[in-house]
Amino acid sequence: MAGRDPILRVERVKKYFKLSVGTVRAVDDVSFDVREGETFALVGESGSGKTTTGYMIMGIYAPTSGRILYKGTDISVPAHKRPAWVKREIQIVFQDPGTSLNPAKYVKDIVALPLVVNRLVEDSREIEERVARLLEAVELPPDIMYRKPRDLGGGEKQAVAIARALAAEPRFIVLDEPTSALDVSAQAKIVSLLMRLQRERRLSYLLITHDLSIVRNIATRVAVMYLGKIVEIGPVEKIFKNPLHPYTRMLLAAAPVILREEEELLPRDVIPVGEIPSAMNPPPGCRFHTRCPFVMDECRKIEPKLLEAEPGHYVSCHLYKEQPVSQ
Amino acid sequence: MAGEKKEALLEIRDLKVNYKVYKGTLKVLNGVELRVGKGERIGLVGESGSGKTTTLKSILRILPYNASIEDGRILYKGIDLLRADERVLNEVRRREIAMIFQDPMAALNPVFKVRDQLYDIIKESARGKLAKEEIEEIAYRLLKEVRLPDVERVMDSYPFQLSGGMRQRVVIAMALASARELLLADEPTTNLDVTIQDQILRLLADLTMKRNLSVILVSHALGMVRKMTDRTYVMYAGDIVEEGDSGEIFENPLHPYTQLLVETAPKLTGNWNPRGVPGRIPDYLNPPPGCRFHTRCPFAEQICREKKPPMIAVEGGKRVRCWLYYKR
Repeated sequence: MAGRDPILRVERVKKYFKLSVGTVRAVDDVSFDVREGETFALVGESGSGKTTTGYMIMGIYAPTSGRILYKGTDISVPAHKRPAWVKREIQIVFQDPGTSLNPAKYVKDIVALPLVVNRLVEDSREIEERVARLLEAVELPPDIMYRKPRDLGGGEKQAVAIARALAAEPRFIVLDEPTSALDVSAQAKIVSLLMRLQRERRLSYLLITHDLSIVRNIATRVAVMYLGKIVEIGPVEKIFKNPLHPYTRMLLAAAPVILREEEELLPRDVIPVGEIPSAMNPPPGCRFHTRCPFVMDECRKIEPKLLEAEPGHYVSCHLYKEQPVSQ
Repeated sequence: MAGEKKEALLEIRDLKVNYKVYKGTLKVLNGVELRVGKGERIGLVGESGSGKTTTLKSILRILPYNASIEDGRILYKGIDLLRADERVLNEVRRREIAMIFQDPMAALNPVFKVRDQLYDIIKESARGKLAKEEIEEIAYRLLKEVRLPDVERVMDSYPFQLSGGMRQRVVIAMALASARELLLADEPTTNLDVTIQDQILRLLADLTMKRNLSVILVSHALGMVRKMTDRTYVMYAGDIVEEGDSGEIFENPLHPYTQLLVETAPKLTGNWNPRGVPGRIPDYLNPPPGCRFHTRCPFAEQICREKKPPMIAVEGGKRVRCWLYYKR
């Protein structure tokens, strides 16, 4: 993986929302990059800032400060100010296809919209052909194009949403909890579809999810977010083998597993407690200190820095200050 | 049979429930059989649309108007709830069996404070008339028991002022106020974050154990059920297809459907080869004859298409409804 160029670079990005009652620091100084052809995962609970980060990359809103670079071009602006090719190359699949697909439109019109907007087609006959090919690419029968979303099952609807994202011939897709509205069987189908499309089309994915077992199986690298900060980042195998940050350990300890073999991987030193505090008044020092079982004095005062614990594996926690952690 | 040691509190026998829709009759529950021992916690898992919630709602007789109970019995302490009159049912609903729904926002009234809603339930479920101080005392004790911080503030909050996890704790407190025997929990943690899910499940396990409450936990998440229950029933298209110890059933699944479910779930150990169960849950308008799973089963034979298999006892207290285990 090393040596691959990043396709996307997020540099010290912040996003604050000003409200009448205060300022929500949804994303607070976050940096990472996504390499071409990889699946980079952002995990964390609601309120961690993972979706806000994804939305800034999409251009749904611009960062308060910091930069986002896509193939070297600064895209730290809302989508309407971005060059057309960037808008075409970055697409998104939302969590709930029940609300992300227009219920009044036929599947054909839903999937065709990016083709029309990006002027990728000449006439209506071509539209039909292209939509049919896109539907085949997501393993749906082409005649589904004359139906409406309400006639489809959850997994089929999500496949339509993926076909729509593919229509623009993207290079980079933000996957915002793409399977959490689906049951296990549909989830498996959608995930295998996404993995095949990535191989065939060399797509780069930013996967936003709270499900660690999905991350373990499909991501190459992962960043764990808590209250607007990245607390741990690194290759998936390293983080699952050797989770360092107490929050990562807490997330793992809470994972609902079904086999004994999996249970043995769960940390036993951390029991999930408490709830994520408000991003309006984040705790001083380390933001996780209010829930951390290993809290020390300095955690309440000094914010830890992201340090390299082993090659490529970074953690932001006072427990790992001096010595790099051995495996 | 698993769980035979414990005296049955609730026993569902051959429950058949249909829904009338514009296109015809949906034959959903196809003879559900299930028993819950006193103080026992059981799980009911299956894909969406398999009839889990219909089973729960049948127990409390809160099915929608277009549902009809075609056959079967639900024996609760010797009374058949399906044939009990409304007066008896109300007694059971008020004081003995309570249900926790998936969405706490929908279960709570948005225009009343937690205090008013909780007091109402305590009043209703009491055996005699309670003084105001007694109600208050019980309410505070319940909220403390579900480990809500800052009980005073929660009491004076409207539901929208609480986080999802806190709301679900309030709902659990309310359920505990009226459930003296059995708690029905329908996906109680599905909309919550993982660390909150874990806390709520541990809380439920702890509180029901202390009170010797029986539980039926319905979920499509196998891991939840494994974490919180003693015994698990796997449901497919309105039938119970497998039953066994919650810690064991996924380790060594017997029914082809359970095997596919386990294989399909992503694991923390990695090496997942995601492929879904082929096909989808059958159309309940015309459910397949014989074993309802035969249309998706890799091992289907002639008999599976013709005759519904019986529940077959296998060693280790497991039971499975599949012709593969039938010894001729």
